[in-house]
Amino acid sequence: MTTEFLTPLDAFTVIDLIFMMMLVVVGIAIVRFKDLFAVVMLSGVYSLVSAAWFVSLDAVDVAFTEAAVGAGISTVLMLGAMLLTARTAAPVKPARHWVALFVVCATGAALLYATVDMPSFGDPLSPPNAYVGLEYLKRTGPDTGVPNVVSAVLASYRGYDTFGETTVILTAGLGVILILGLGGPARRRKKPVPAKTKEAKAKESEDYGAHHVVLRVISKLMIPVIIVYGAYVQFHGDFGPGGGFQAGLIIASSIILYALIFGVDAAKEAVPPSLVRLGAALGVLIYGGVGVISLLLGGNFLSYNVLNPAHPSHGQELGIMFVEIGVLVTVASVMLIIFYGFTSRQPDISDKDW
Amino acid sequence: MNALIVSNLTALLPAWVVMHAASLIVVTPLLSGPIALILSRGRLAWAWALVISVITFALSLVLYGQVLDHGSVVYAFGDWAPPLGITYNIDALNVLILLLVAGMGVLSLVNGLPSVLREIAPKDQAPFFAAFMLCLTGLMGVTITGDAFNVFVFLEISSISTYVLVAMGGTTDRRALTASFNYLILGTIGATFFVIGLGLLYMATGTLNMADITAHLHTHSEDRVVRAAFAFIVIGLGLKTAMFPLHTWLPSAYAYSPTIVGTFLASTATKVAFYAMVRFILGVFDPGSPFSGALLEIVLAPMAIAAMIICSVQALHQADLRKLLAYSSVAQLGYMLLGLSMGTAAGVSASLLHLFNHALMKGALFMGVGIFGLQYGIRQVQDLRGLGKTMPLTAAAFTISGLSLIGVPLTAGFVSKFYLITAALERGWWWAAAAILASSVLAIFYVGRMLEMMYLREAPKAKGRTKKAKTGNVPLLALVPLLILALANIWFFFDASLPKGLADAAATALLGGGAL
Repeated sequence: MTTEFLTPLDAFTVIDLIFMMMLVVVGIAIVRFKDLFAVVMLSGVYSLVSAAWFVSLDAVDVAFTEAAVGAGISTVLMLGAMLLTARTAAPVKPARHWVALFVVCATGAALLYATVDMPSFGDPLSPPNAYVGLEYLKRTGPDTGVPNVVSAVLASYRGYDTFGETTVILTAGLGVILILGLGGPARRRKKPVPAKTKEAKAKESEDYGAHHVVLRVISKLMIPVIIVYGAYVQFHGDFGPGGGFQAGLIIASSIILYALIFGVDAAKEAVPPSLVRLGAALGVLIYGGVGVISLLLGGNFLSYNVLNPAHPSHGQELGIMFVEIGVLVTVASVMLIIFYGFTSRQPDISDKDW
Repeated sequence: MNALIVSNLTALLPAWVVMHAASLIVVTPLLSGPIALILSRGRLAWAWALVISVITFALSLVLYGQVLDHGSVVYAFGDWAPPLGITYNIDALNVLILLLVAGMGVLSLVNGLPSVLREIAPKDQAPFFAAFMLCLTGLMGVTITGDAFNVFVFLEISSISTYVLVAMGGTTDRRALTASFNYLILGTIGATFFVIGLGLLYMATGTLNMADITAHLHTHSEDRVVRAAFAFIVIGLGLKTAMFPLHTWLPSAYAYSPTIVGTFLASTATKVAFYAMVRFILGVFDPGSPFSGALLEIVLAPMAIAAMIICSVQALHQADLRKLLAYSSVAQLGYMLLGLSMGTAAGVSASLLHLFNHALMKGALFMGVGIFGLQYGIRQVQDLRGLGKTMPLTAAAFTISGLSLIGVPLTAGFVSKFYLITAALERGWWWAAAAILASSVLAIFYVGRMLEMMYLREAPKAKGRTKKAKTGNVPLLALVPLLILALANIWFFFDASLPKGLADAAATALLGGGAL
């Protein structure tokens, strides 16, 4: 694939190169560090830098997801996992793994070998830019009436892949339920308190992190705002970057924030484990339900046009909206399943240790 | 006769179901997973999973009928024509695998209930069956799709559910957890390689639809990007197929997983990955290009022979029954890879036939070991002593499948090995034919060791094992699928028209020897 296009060495190319070098540096640091806390933080940094890089590459939707997943929720989940194991990696004797070295070198060599025939960076005539991708750009407007092409590709043209990805997330949640368990509903506190009075309960929840007044007040102010923002991201996905995946992460992280400040038990009282287990299943069923309805209305699976035969593009918008809700419900629920799964395993950290 | 049954079945079902059979065959088990999770009662979830798997099997028969009638079926999701949307493409090649996976799903579920009730904690049973259905979904989805990226998505569904299912063996044997972890790491590396390969392919062609990729690849088969893509995809799928020497995850994963999981995976998972490899090497890439020709002959064929010999020797040394069978599986995958590496229609057809037969025999052997385990807690080869007398029916079925594994005449294993040897000789690869014979001799030894224990040794008296086990002791549910598979091993010696017909049609379609 040799066209005459040459990548211009402008400011954006230089910025991209800088981001890539930062990724290499952070990657090496992650490998070298023994302190797991630092490793978790650095992997958050790694995600944030890649998100910034994606922004510079004009892949805003991917950047948003990367920031929400990598820098946001997976950092919290990895911290949770770290609390279950140890704070530092076990010292490993430096050994020479020749086979591993060979495999890594061969992989790198294969990738380098391929670069020679790769299309130039940014070439408008390269196959990914000129063929199906271009077709999506041309057709999304008339076909679906959705301004954000990424949402249209994700939820309609390749909506079946997204259905599969939602199922992948459900499967991950299922794995956590089976291997770690959900820890059941909010645990009874240490001493068997006979029929807690309202005051006793209030006192108890005040005990938990009582001296973090600033955190408590700010988080109470922030949580509703975060949830509203999640809803905005959810329903604005048709117009700008966003959608069910990112919104699900945002809403889940608001509840995780609540759990971090007020205790997991309080969070479990607000959002019980049985509910998130149901939610994980329900989201996939909502997504699949849209597909089954379109089957019943005479189209193929996930054919949104038949949802509104008079105005196919309205049917598209409707279908995309509902499948995004399915994604939201499963993603948010599974994130909480993983969080509950990790936290219900560990002894309560006494408040003084924070 | 097959066609008659299928057309009657098709007439029985509503026209709407028949029309959308291609999507329903994957969507039905997929949606049954979350519903099983909600059911939260073990036996109820099992009954639900069984009903759904029977429906899935019926749908695979419907698709088989459609392939017989029309040659191939295309189903466009969302009514978007390819390459814009995702399509399912069903032809002789993948309908064979669909029949196999769906059928083994039903049989493993029937056979597995008693062992699940024993091995899995009651509160975990419903999610366990949910994971099982998702695993079935993933395997069907990989097999049926005509979209390269969709392969990856469903490969992930099947892989993640498999890691979980294997880890559930941890309640009886803690080693299941490390086995699952190893599998997870290697499987994830495999998936990463596969997706890098897909990315490179997309870079070279700008499309993800397999047929469309093929059409674009003909213009630049010497492209380095395409070559790298080829290498990454073969290695990625090779890890999932347990291609020697990338098989290290397989023996412990099969040996320590719950009984039902071992049975189901041994007869389906690597088969589906192998199918994906055939699809990519011969169907997506140009099998006539010098690069892939060289890869088949210089890389794949030696690996296949190494697997056939080395892993058979390793099987000889195993004390653990399921590990023995697992090493034998890697060796048998070598046969299939060898057939593929010949690059001829005869070789590929023989390899697909062996895939089908091997699923029947290994499924039966794992079921047999499962039943021995259920009755006496047997896990070691030496514990088989005297079982020929105490459990005659199970032992007989086990023996038939074992003989089929060796390739004794009157069993299905003989047929596929015969075709493999013929294909090797046609290709002029006398050394490959010799390797098949050598590996079969090794199989005589490791199967013979088990049979010797069962029939020629006395049962140990100490643990009260000499008490005659009444057949009523073996749950009928567990026994019937084993007997069905054992009979199938004999049936497909006398009438291999179903798998052979599909395998021949698939091979000629892939290697351009005319239409179906």
